[in-house]
Amino acid sequence: MSEPQSALTGTTCDGIAKIREVGLQGMITLRGDLSATEIASAIADATGCALPALREITHEGRNSVSWMSPDEVMVFVPYDEAEATAAKLESALTQVHALVVNVSDARAMFELEGPNAREVLGKLCPVDLSPDSFGQGIIRRTRLAQVPAAFWMTSDASFRVVCFRSVAQYVFDTLKIAAQPGSEVGLYTQANG
Amino acid sequence: MLILECPYCGVKAEETEFHAGGEAHIKRFGPGSSDADFEGYLFNRENPKGVHFERWRHANGCGKWFHVVRCTMTLEVFGSYSAQVSEPPQEIRDAITAKRPGWCWRDFA
Ligand SMILES: [Zn+2]
Repeated sequence: MSEPQSALTGTTCDGIAKIREVGLQGMITLRGDLSATEIASAIADATGCALPALREITHEGRNSVSWMSPDEVMVFVPYDEAEATAAKLESALTQVHALVVNVSDARAMFELEGPNAREVLGKLCPVDLSPDSFGQGIIRRTRLAQVPAAFWMTSDASFRVVCFRSVAQYVFDTLKIAAQPGSEVGLYTQANG
Repeated sequence: MLILECPYCGVKAEETEFHAGGEAHIKRFGPGSSDADFEGYLFNRENPKGVHFERWRHANGCGKWFHVVRCTMTLEVFGSYSAQVSEPPQEIRDAITAKRPGWCWRDFA
């Protein structure tokens, strides 16, 4: 048996924010008609999370479920539970048109932490990251420099960022440049007064 | 730079989060059509100075295709709407009329 490895095996970097590749993380793509009650109850049974509304992410313990598109959500569970959770979702959804795929090994996840974390992402993404516009509970899929990515906040000063595994090194390097020491812009701290 | 709003996820972002998909509301002419219709379907496009209808995709977001009406001269965006329609809804037409009275584009006015 080969040993599962995350894209960057937990690489870290310190700058105006702390960057850390989170390591192995279970991720399951679920597509279907999100208004079907079967989907909401399958998600609740498998994860304890509520079905997220438009552009929202819900959490329960170590599990999360994020809205990805009008017919898609992403289910986050611990890596070693992903296969079982996907199987559980799949068996709960045999009567509705739905797709469940364990994509854990096809994605990478980063943590971005510190008072300047908003700024680091703000340099790379066309998103208003001021505290008035972006806070916990929101998921945003967007462009991070030259690649697609998604992120949400896990506290007032930390983000989780998800991207395709094939661009994990690029995302890490790009975040590292955006977080290099001395590169504070102070945009959001100014806005806060 | 254009600021577009995706009608599916409500995200308002600048155009680099999206991908342009060319002219909107093109009727397909396939096998069995006349040479002129087929040629028109393949090659004939509007090139207006002013109101223009386009397809865009929320490529770095929810991934959905949608329609956008904008002005090619000022880059003003009049609105965006579902991809599942073959002509612009009335509220979009009204929004264009409010800014560009007397506008017309192909058969739409
Ligand atoms: Zn969208």
